[in-house]
Amino acid sequence: MSNPYAKLPGWVEYGLVPLVNLAVAFLVAGLVVLLVGENPLEAAYHLINGAFGRGEYIGFTLYYATTFIFTGLAVAVAFHAGLFNIGGEGQAYVGGIGVALACLWLDQTMPWFVVFPLAIIGSALFGAAWAFLPGWLQAKRGSHIVITTIMFNFIASSLMVYLLTRVLKPLGSMSPQTRTFAEGGQLPKLDWLLGIFGLDIGTAPFNVSFLLALVAAFGVWLLIWRTKLGYEMRTMGHSPSAARYAGMSESRITVITMMISGALAGMMALNPIMGEQGRMQLDFVQGAGFVGIAVALMGRSHPAGIIPAAVLFGVLYQGGAEISFEMPSISRDMIVIIQGLVILFAGALENMFRPAITRLFSTSSRRAAVVAQTKGA
Amino acid sequence: MDFFHVIVVLLESTIRVSVPLIFAALAGLFTERAGIFDIGLEGKMLGAAFAAGAVAAITQSVWLGLLAAILISVALSLVHGYASITQRGNQIVSGVAINFIVAGSTVILGEAWFRQGGRTPALAEGARFQTINFPFADTIREVPFIGPIYADLLSGHFILTYLAFAMVPLSWWILYRTRFGLRLRAVGENPGAVDTAGISVIWMRYRAVICCGILCGFAGAYLSLAMTAGFVKGMTAGKGYIALAALIFAKWRPFNIMLACLLFGFLDAFAIRLQGNPLPLIGQVPVQLMQALPYILTVILLAGFIGKAIPPKAGGVPYVKER
Repeated sequence: MSNPYAKLPGWVEYGLVPLVNLAVAFLVAGLVVLLVGENPLEAAYHLINGAFGRGEYIGFTLYYATTFIFTGLAVAVAFHAGLFNIGGEGQAYVGGIGVALACLWLDQTMPWFVVFPLAIIGSALFGAAWAFLPGWLQAKRGSHIVITTIMFNFIASSLMVYLLTRVLKPLGSMSPQTRTFAEGGQLPKLDWLLGIFGLDIGTAPFNVSFLLALVAAFGVWLLIWRTKLGYEMRTMGHSPSAARYAGMSESRITVITMMISGALAGMMALNPIMGEQGRMQLDFVQGAGFVGIAVALMGRSHPAGIIPAAVLFGVLYQGGAEISFEMPSISRDMIVIIQGLVILFAGALENMFRPAITRLFSTSSRRAAVVAQTKGA
Repeated sequence: MDFFHVIVVLLESTIRVSVPLIFAALAGLFTERAGIFDIGLEGKMLGAAFAAGAVAAITQSVWLGLLAAILISVALSLVHGYASITQRGNQIVSGVAINFIVAGSTVILGEAWFRQGGRTPALAEGARFQTINFPFADTIREVPFIGPIYADLLSGHFILTYLAFAMVPLSWWILYRTRFGLRLRAVGENPGAVDTAGISVIWMRYRAVICCGILCGFAGAYLSLAMTAGFVKGMTAGKGYIALAALIFAKWRPFNIMLACLLFGFLDAFAIRLQGNPLPLIGQVPVQLMQALPYILTVILLAGFIGKAIPPKAGGVPYVKER
């Protein structure tokens, strides 16, 4: 009785069902726009135009997408092992320490391609370390991972305020941020990549970490579907008792999965810190850890789904800024609503339309079978 | 005497900040005891606070504001219920979704309706709760020791404050001394057994979710109609999560919940009071550490180092009737 729904063709399962859920989420969002007294179609126009209208806009869209690929992969990896890592926000925030340390140490003496690998390792280590404790506590002490990761988000936020106001801030400075990095601590932009398509990226901070995100997505696919560890993770996700019978160590998988998830979330920090700001600021994560939940749910925890889902949220963030510029009564908080609606309809209510779709497909396939039979006779 | 005065002031603000925590944590108690995880306390509280502020500002009636808060909160609870009971969706995902939807829509609607940067208009006297002064509070105040306790600690709070503390024994009585409460707890431990007894698990859980909505409504109304005069965007500021932490810290028991909320409220009041002042014996303590302490304590408790927190057995698992 674990899956009470009939099996659907692949394109329906992974294409149509998420699209229907997404469409409903946007319909409801459109209702909110109506409630505010604006035209949803006009908002949609500004959204698309704001996200794709110019090379610079596309650069911003992909910049945001980079961030969400990392956090989406982080949530997805944990999902595969049946773990809900709600702490991407905190792990990304703490991951920033690793990036900042690498940059502060070497930015004045080394070029970016030396600092970057160290910053990657640093962000992954700090992110993984912040996810280690919740994972370990779940594995060894049985405390619920959702609750501990939520708590760790708040602890991370307090910790970072402390570090940025007391420790990492340069002497004599008032604002809670590190010093601005020299050239070695700033990532080159990917203007040439969009240049191939004849687009001018302008001031958009679309940078090398996008390529890293794609590599990470491929790495996650390899890990989940092509390695022994990934197989164990999926086994545990489907049936912990089966994993136990097969002799897999639940606590080992839990801890490792959480650390990989935390490392991916931590790597998100590279994009805003080294790619855009050139320094670490307070609250640089800006909810990206939570967007990761929506991205992973929409992408059905598969890298091939996560990348488009991340781009979609990039569109929402960049196009949403344009909407709030053109239509002042719709502020950027609209994105938060849409994000919530996507999480609701693609996540919690994912099965709401499934019975109807299943019925549709079972009748049509039965009819096809009947037609085939009559033809044969 | 000065030290005593400081303590009274500190305890008074402890009570003030604990009230929404107590309401919200008790709200969580009802759903979680019925086997439904509720990450959405924060969102329900925020939605209720907004509804209360908006309706009270328009109608100039505090009671209509309170009613609106409860209605909105119950409606959001029912969304959570529909997703997690009827649709058997992931309860945590549903709670997260509700938090986001409310966080965004309160700002958008508030800005569209009132145009004050996501605030609702400041409420006049009749449109918000007034403090209740006990008889002779002012005359007794001068009496040493008993005076300040009576006049500042016991008297001079909002009606919702007294209601919050009254809800603690009431919730205990409902959960432990009524048939409804027994069934509600049973549904959270072993829904199969309840079903076998011919009681609808679904309907039981829906009722638990509605109880949660009502209590979150009180929590939200307290924020915007009593603690401050109007709604400010994001005014719950993580209180829903602190309440969740308190609920776990209290091991899902009503009286412990009150104590946990008072403890977390005290830490909050203490951190504000401390701001920059060194502590005797320990020295300078960063404010951030004080702010993080409730979460750290909860993690330590969850890790089983202070007793053991055992959640309701069927928590988070949707009930599927056997066929």
